[in-house]
Amino acid sequence: MSNTIDSNTMKYKLINLYQQNKDAINDGLPENLNKFRNTAIGKFDMLGIPSKGDESHKYTDMMKAFGKTYGYSFKPSTSSIDKQTVFQCSVPDLDTDTITLENGWYHESNNSKTALHKNIVVMSMREAAQKHSNLVEKYYNTLAGESDRATTALNTAFAQDGMFMYIPDGVVLEKPIQIINILKGQNPLLVNQRNLVIAGKNSQAKILFCDHTLSHHNFLANYVTEVFVEEDAVFDCYNIQNQHNSSSQITSLYVKQMKNSNTLINTLTLHGGFVRNNINITLAEEYSEANVYGLSVVDGNQHVDNSTFIDHAVPNCQSNELYKNVLDDDATGAFSGRILVRPNAQKTLAFQSNKNICLTNTARFYTKPQLEIYADDVKCSHGATVGQIDEEALFYLQSRGIGGREARMMLMYAFVYEVIGHIRVPVLAESYGEMVEKRLRGEVSRCDNCFVHCS
Amino acid sequence: MLTIKNLQASIDGKEILRGINLEVKPGEVHAIMGPNGSGKSTLSSVLAGNDRFEVTKGEVFFNNKELLEMAPEDRAREGIFLSFQYPIEIPGVSMVNFMKTAVNEHRKYQGLDPMSAGDFLKMLRDKKKVVEMDDRLTSRAVNEGFSGGEKKKNEIFQMAMLEPKLAILDETDSGLDIDALRVVANGVNKLKTKDNSTIVITHYQRLLDYIVPDFVHILYNGRIVKSGGKELALELEEKGYDWIKEEVGE
Repeated sequence: MSNTIDSNTMKYKLINLYQQNKDAINDGLPENLNKFRNTAIGKFDMLGIPSKGDESHKYTDMMKAFGKTYGYSFKPSTSSIDKQTVFQCSVPDLDTDTITLENGWYHESNNSKTALHKNIVVMSMREAAQKHSNLVEKYYNTLAGESDRATTALNTAFAQDGMFMYIPDGVVLEKPIQIINILKGQNPLLVNQRNLVIAGKNSQAKILFCDHTLSHHNFLANYVTEVFVEEDAVFDCYNIQNQHNSSSQITSLYVKQMKNSNTLINTLTLHGGFVRNNINITLAEEYSEANVYGLSVVDGNQHVDNSTFIDHAVPNCQSNELYKNVLDDDATGAFSGRILVRPNAQKTLAFQSNKNICLTNTARFYTKPQLEIYADDVKCSHGATVGQIDEEALFYLQSRGIGGREARMMLMYAFVYEVIGHIRVPVLAESYGEMVEKRLRGEVSRCDNCFVHCS
Repeated sequence: MLTIKNLQASIDGKEILRGINLEVKPGEVHAIMGPNGSGKSTLSSVLAGNDRFEVTKGEVFFNNKELLEMAPEDRAREGIFLSFQYPIEIPGVSMVNFMKTAVNEHRKYQGLDPMSAGDFLKMLRDKKKVVEMDDRLTSRAVNEGFSGGEKKKNEIFQMAMLEPKLAILDETDSGLDIDALRVVANGVNKLKTKDNSTIVITHYQRLLDYIVPDFVHILYNGRIVKSGGKELALELEEKGYDWIKEEVGE
């Protein structure tokens, strides 16, 4: 296969792959996962791989991710990861409970149950489909199934494993839970990983996804995560994206929030050749609040696209959105932020801001706020800027003896700090800050102490 | 200390400075006065190294080094300080971090180790007193949300921290009420030693009641057209700038 493969050909290749391996995909899994597959592949067929110029992918060419040759594995690889040598990960000084998934598979051998909080359920999606069939039946694909994203439909059709997490009512987790998604292998690989998180009533939890690659092959990771945040629950979801620059990643997060719930989403993109993040939040019951933040620091030929959709379905909810991007070299990026305030959603507060710095003449950023307001008693605002480093501020710093390079660093760091400042785990904010600073300086920006070898 | 010879500079092709000559010796205070558009601020910007202005001719020596060859940060490290007419707001950079970085970059240039956190904080506390600066200002971002007077005090506070050999005060009096003007001028006077020099750029004579100059120069149309002692400022205040225009035959 050459690079000239078109989206239609790729679509039929994927559909054929599904048809020919249907038995292998369904194998060992109950109906509660398998029953969605045929509908999903039909939907994928109908929607097709979005082409550049479609309203939802105006500035992002999905064929940069899909137009490559990938292998597929319908069984987990037998290898496991040596925890002692590889899993020193942990963002520096961050005390977490750690879970590891390799190429979308949750291995028992990689994850000891005893280390985790006793009051919560964390297991493979496969196991949960059997052991917690009532929960899976109630929640699985109820959000993703409504979506009209082709990549999500593709995931639903193919997904065989992922992480399942259930935080029962009233449980408060002191430590964040860190989920390390690793891609490694001898060949290029397409991975469809599917996660389901249920945060019960009045529960509190913070999770951190770290996305990494451990070998140099082309990967396309198509991650879909559904999160249900029940009444009075507080839930944080951080994501550090640090895959190598010839890998592609499509991350789709679907969140549904019930009464008085509060969520915080924070996506940090440092490395990864092609990154598309879809964040979909439904504020389904009153007095719920969503805080959605994102930061990317990219260079070379990286492309990062954050697409958010916040659905204010009921009155008295609040959403705060802040996305910032720093682009160097020939990097490109896009942001589209859709906010829907439905006709009865009075007293909605919805704020959105997207600010970007292009450090070179060849870096490009495209931003598209999209507010649809059908209620009349609301406060909504949005703002978007694309600019350069402020030369006046630079001169001011230099005139005090601060070197040009250092002065630029200070200004860039000041620019991105606003996003880091919103992190609700102080040690994580600190390590985020360190990683971002190193990234800005062009130094190795992998998580220190982590399995640094993911070049 | 500072020798300016036939300095000419332009912005966007428009000639602003048309041959400035000036000699400042250690310990001297020079006032440069002139009407709007005469080139006062351009002169201070050029000396500090703002590359928006293009130097087309002339030489500037600072302690026998060619100033115009140096990057703005090196000029600062050599001991030049510009108090901005319009200080820049820099959201996200805290005053403390800003000053700590600046002080340590100066020290590095002089071959000294970075200052310890304790010493730095003590210095910060001491220097704030020079301009009666409010404690909460140093815990904020650089100039962000500062009032006009606070911004000017902040300039002099930075000057106190960096202990320059030559301070250029660009219209430090503009927009200041009389009380703030006294505080700022007192700050400048407290920092005065027999070795450091000051260039005070101003439109009005009032500031010179507080910072008393040894020499007064009148800048008009990109040239110094008249120089004298401090009495020249009073004469100018009395007769107005039209007098100068007549003097130079325009």
